[in-house]
Amino acid sequence: MITLFFYLFSAVLLGASAMVVTSRNPVHAVLFLILAFLNAAALFLIAGAEFLALTLVVVYVGAVAVLFLFVVMMLDVDFVQLREGFQRYAPVGAAVGLVLFGELAAVLFGWEAWSGSFAVRGSATPSSVSNTVALGQVLYTHYVYLFQLSGLILLVAMIGAIVLTHRERRGALRQDIGRQQARRVDETLEILQVPSRAGAGQIGLFRPKHLPSPVRDREPVERA
Amino acid sequence: MRDFFLHTEVGSGLLTLFETLGILVPVLILMAYSTYFERKALGAFQLRLGPNRVGWFGLAQPFADAVKVFTKETIIPAGANRFLFLLAPSITFILACMAWAVIPVQNGWAVANINVGILYLFAISSLGVYGIIIAGWASNSKYAFLGAMRSAAQMVSYEVSIGFVLVSVLLCVGSLNLNDIVLAQSRHWFAFTPLFPMFIVFLISMLAETNRAPFDLPEGESEIVAGFFVEYSAMAFALFYLGEYTNMIMMSAFASILFLGGWQAPFGLTFIPGVFWLLAKISLIMFFFFWVRATFPRYRYDQLMRLGWKVFLPLSLLWLVLTAGFLEFFHMLPRSS
Repeated sequence: MITLFFYLFSAVLLGASAMVVTSRNPVHAVLFLILAFLNAAALFLIAGAEFLALTLVVVYVGAVAVLFLFVVMMLDVDFVQLREGFQRYAPVGAAVGLVLFGELAAVLFGWEAWSGSFAVRGSATPSSVSNTVALGQVLYTHYVYLFQLSGLILLVAMIGAIVLTHRERRGALRQDIGRQQARRVDETLEILQVPSRAGAGQIGLFRPKHLPSPVRDREPVERA
Repeated sequence: MRDFFLHTEVGSGLLTLFETLGILVPVLILMAYSTYFERKALGAFQLRLGPNRVGWFGLAQPFADAVKVFTKETIIPAGANRFLFLLAPSITFILACMAWAVIPVQNGWAVANINVGILYLFAISSLGVYGIIIAGWASNSKYAFLGAMRSAAQMVSYEVSIGFVLVSVLLCVGSLNLNDIVLAQSRHWFAFTPLFPMFIVFLISMLAETNRAPFDLPEGESEIVAGFFVEYSAMAFALFYLGEYTNMIMMSAFASILFLGGWQAPFGLTFIPGVFWLLAKISLIMFFFFWVRATFPRYRYDQLMRLGWKVFLPLSLLWLVLTAGFLEFFHMLPRSS
């Protein structure tokens, strides 16, 4: 029964992955990617690694792929133009892929794991503890520096992305909640005794009266 | 008989089916009456009667609505992507139902009492955004698309603080199993411990996660007509509606399990079965949903993002660190079994 499900999920996973790179519509490609992620999660579940399976769903499907979809839906890609240089650039792409693959293989075969982790490594369902606990025990003790390092890399990537895309918007109106909260009634309202049958002009009242200028970062500058 | 259900494949399959029906049928009835509850509550808030025509006190109103929706015509817009257009409401509804598999309604009474129940619920609620974003794209309509964009950003933002809330509860319990989380609250409900601010953060993020007022920007009827489901009619629309209410009930159940002691009885009133206590707590939080809806105007988009990223994220992160420090300092961290 489980074997049947394993082949079912694997087949859908392979099919979906193939569709990711071959489908013409980019939105369909991302949706196939999501299908592939979900099937990979199902395979993890079959292997007994329920923590990894659900983390995969939360992180990749629930957050990363949503942002992918978000961006891809907004793009207006011209595919004829995109395919023009395909023949010319294909060898370069293949070369880069090959180098990356070689590096991965080198890392995989040259990697020495901490000896204590052998008890829980290689088995998704260690006999003594649940796999969530096993993962925590290895990850936050003997691999803590690598773990922190990967966090730092992500932080650097995030700051880099912000620095690259941030632009100063001049003259933008900003809401300052603190200033709004600090405003008192007597700063905003003025109560006047108005004689009956007298117009606003006759009592020397012109609207709009002096209004406080909205919060600005700086004075508005002429747009180019 | 017992052997048939527990030890044969057909029997255990049938048993799972019965268990599933056993939770889904009450949930769907609860969902139907939560629409009635909402309309009656809103009526009371606005000094009107609410539905009172169909049946005794209007109690047949949900069924009248269901019949109305069933008999209408499903319209698929000309430029829409037919498959995805119909897939989107189904995703919303199926996900809303799937989540109920792990909710314990009594000690050990859950369809699937799995090790990582809390992660499962978190994963399911984070998938909920797909129904909306696919609906927005497949409709081929600018209002629907705007609604979908808003929803994607909103739900991803508020998930982050929900995640930190979940982690701080986990730290106190030491297990990802929902049943264990409820059992850990047999003496003190987490809402009445120093986790109280996290309870508030969870309640508010929950509103954003289910796209309810005052965070119903994806709908935003005063700006973008009806947002992501502008183009939907009849059953397809009804599935969104069903999904939204089922999700609300699910989030209420989640909040009761995390903070209000799930099925645990307060004041030692254990002669009333736990299922009823869970129902009472769910109803209380559902009332909170409607109360908020009747009270607050809709947030502006930048205010929503500010609240999520600049207020809730630092607050929940700080409280998580404080919780961890407190537990470590007083040697109260749960040891893994």
